Amino acid sequence: MAAQSDWFQSSHEHEAFLRGLARRRMLVGTARAVLLAAFVALWEVAARQGWINAFVVSQPSRALVTAVSMARRGELWLHLGMTVGETAIGFTVGTLIGIVAAVMLWWSDLLSDILDPYIVVLNSIPKVALGPIFIVWLGTTVTAIIAMAISISVIVTIMMVYVGFREVDPDRVKLLRTFGAARLQILSKVVLPASVPVMIAALKVNVGLSMVGTIVGEFLVSRAGLGFLIVYGGQVFNMSLVMSSVILLSIVSVLLYYGVSALERAVLRTRG
Amino acid sequence: MSGGVNGAGSSAIRLDRVWMTYHTREAETVALANTSLEVAPQEFVAVVGPSGCGKSTVLSLVAGLIKPTSGSVEVCGEAVAGPSGHVGYMLQQDCLYEWRTILGNALLGLEVQRAVTRESVETVRRMLTAYGLGEFERHYPRHLSGGMRQRAALIRTLATRPDVLLLDEPLSALDYQTRLEVSEDLYRIMRAERLTALMVTHDISEAIAMSDRVLVMSRRPGRIKSSHRISLTCERQTPIGRREAPEFRTYFNAIWKELTEDGRAVGLVPVVART
Repeated sequence: MAAQSDWFQSSHEHEAFLRGLARRRMLVGTARAVLLAAFVALWEVAARQGWINAFVVSQPSRALVTAVSMARRGELWLHLGMTVGETAIGFTVGTLIGIVAAVMLWWSDLLSDILDPYIVVLNSIPKVALGPIFIVWLGTTVTAIIAMAISISVIVTIMMVYVGFREVDPDRVKLLRTFGAARLQILSKVVLPASVPVMIAALKVNVGLSMVGTIVGEFLVSRAGLGFLIVYGGQVFNMSLVMSSVILLSIVSVLLYYGVSALERAVLRTRG
Repeated sequence: MSGGVNGAGSSAIRLDRVWMTYHTREAETVALANTSLEVAPQEFVAVVGPSGCGKSTVLSLVAGLIKPTSGSVEVCGEAVAGPSGHVGYMLQQDCLYEWRTILGNALLGLEVQRAVTRESVETVRRMLTAYGLGEFERHYPRHLSGGMRQRAALIRTLATRPDVLLLDEPLSALDYQTRLEVSEDLYRIMRAERLTALMVTHDISEAIAMSDRVLVMSRRPGRIKSSHRISLTCERQTPIGRREAPEFRTYFNAIWKELTEDGRAVGLVPVVART
């Protein structure tokens, strides 16, 4: 591969092409930064000039001050840690339970036939509607929030992973059977490894879903976490608290997503 | 390699009056009707026939993947009860697992049969070296060409030391040039390892070039119509060399004629519909 690109780099046309690509990348990056800066600046200026009501929409400088003072008091880390922790447990456990359930469905066609309509129903329920049930069962605790986060991701995982299992190339399974493989060997040697990309895709979807579950859970029951801050800020009409929490939340969710993407790249590196 | 085969008189593969019927909700399909065939130890037999005639069903039966509706299937004198170490199966696709190295792929069968030992790994590595894949044993399949991949697949099959080899159109997924190249490799390796082989193909030339005997199957429900013992006078007994033999055309025409004659009888295929 190295030899090939050496050969290409010696071509002027290719150099020009690469320069064009680099220019475009610069342009896109700059435009993104400018867009964000312009938005923040416009918001700030509009609030200062009284074009918009800063009491209702807050303003970037106030949101920043709120966030910094929370960080100084150490509260910020508590709330961040709470939300990140609940989300991480939610998507990890949700994905694991989903994979185990998918294995059971794969193992028994009869079971999957029987359970099919129930899975469809469970999938179509908006899981946040189950919130009050979890609270009654588990109390106004962190456990109820995590249950919320798990419930929202587990059914999607079952469906994605089960379909992935079923789409494993039948010839690859046949090959193992000709060696006399038992069902457990078929599972461990081909079905699971072949489905690793699907499982990671499920994990990626679940990062976002679990975050929804966590925030809704925190809205309902908690005394800590970004969801709590947002609800609390709304109730006491502290929009700077709401805005800074929302901004932090978006940063956290993007970081989690990139974390899983990095995991994906690392795992799939050896594959064709 | 042919350790499991009994005396010279017995056959390595034997199908005796085999019937095979598949059931689906819509219909009942007779795939094989009273099919009998025998393959002698170390013989290379090719089966040709129109698509859907039940060729692959024959291989699945011999491999023990399915059970016949009636009749008996024997490998090395033993009735087939399920997949066993006697049989190696090569599929159309190489089916190498992309998450395993070439060595890891070659060891797959031994792993399944819990027969990975220091000696068996050494043997497999020697085979990889002997067939030109030694330096690629730590590589992943995507780094290999189609021909090399199919060779790796063959070594994976041979690693479990089967007595008979089943080949299900092993070359049809390859482009023409690679196909000739791999057929040479296959032929050489099979003869060197003194294997018994049953190959299914729809390519008449390939069947004649590679095998000792060609069986022609009829349309569904399949049965063996005729058997042609291939004897070619040529200097190089390799698939490419054999194509040069003067008798090659004669065999080709005879088999071609049988297959096309059969083609006219399409309307007679009895598929019992249960509405």
